[in-house]
Amino acid sequence: MNNTIGLIFVGIGIAFNLFGCIGLVRLPDVYNRLQAATKCVTLGTCSILFGTFLVMGFTAAGIKSILCMWFLLLASPTAAHAIARGAHRAGVKLCQESVADQYAEDKEGEA
Amino acid sequence: MKSKITLFLGLYLIWCFLNWMPDWQHLLVGVLVAGLVTIVTGDLFVSNIHVLHHLRRVWYFLIYYMPVFVWECIKANLDVAYRVLHPMLPIRPGIVKIKTNLKTDTALTFLANSITLTPGTMSVDIDRDKGVLYIHWIHVETTDCEKATKIVAAHFEKILAKIFEEDV
Repeated sequence: MNNTIGLIFVGIGIAFNLFGCIGLVRLPDVYNRLQAATKCVTLGTCSILFGTFLVMGFTAAGIKSILCMWFLLLASPTAAHAIARGAHRAGVKLCQESVADQYAEDKEGEA
Repeated sequence: MKSKITLFLGLYLIWCFLNWMPDWQHLLVGVLVAGLVTIVTGDLFVSNIHVLHHLRRVWYFLIYYMPVFVWECIKANLDVAYRVLHPMLPIRPGIVKIKTNLKTDTALTFLANSITLTPGTMSVDIDRDKGVLYIHWIHVETTDCEKATKIVAAHFEKILAKIFEEDV
């Protein structure tokens, strides 16, 4: 029973990772790509890890996968924030369709 | 000193989980390693320790924050999946400003991380003195600061203020 549910979770995770990768290819600029990459890949990978935990149970591998989930949830948004901030500071422009960039407006005076 | 003890206990717990099943050799090495890391990194990580002493706050974290967070996270993924698979790519990206009343480091970190993992938004930068967050929004609904705050951050902010802020 746990095995089946675990495999379903792993399948969902792989699907979301796939969506994340499609987003990485299709979306226009750094910031939009980061959105797809962080959201889908974080939940996708967490789902895979949770599925692993369900399949393995409370063994060495299962406990480690739960720990990895926790670290991933903390680290991945932080990394996305760092990349986005770095990109903006390095002067990467937003794509053509963008409607607002209040960050650039506020930072103009300081730089 | 209190924060060092907390850090030590946290590290030791992580060590035990990493070396499941624990036997006495693992536990002994764990004490040494956790102690060494505690001495080296000291007070870097755990600054507002008072949070952990109130059971009520931990309770709020588990009962209110976690379910809301997981639900928003799933919604965010479906949202991104929809936008990515739609043949026309329905996006309207932009960076907008929102206000926050939170002050402590931990609360701001959790707010920024929550914003990143909720539908359509990602935190780009934070200005603590002015209490301003800059948000990259994949489908901008409003560029007005107040309205954007209400849409993006309001419900998380209320919960996080109850958990992490000093005098609530």
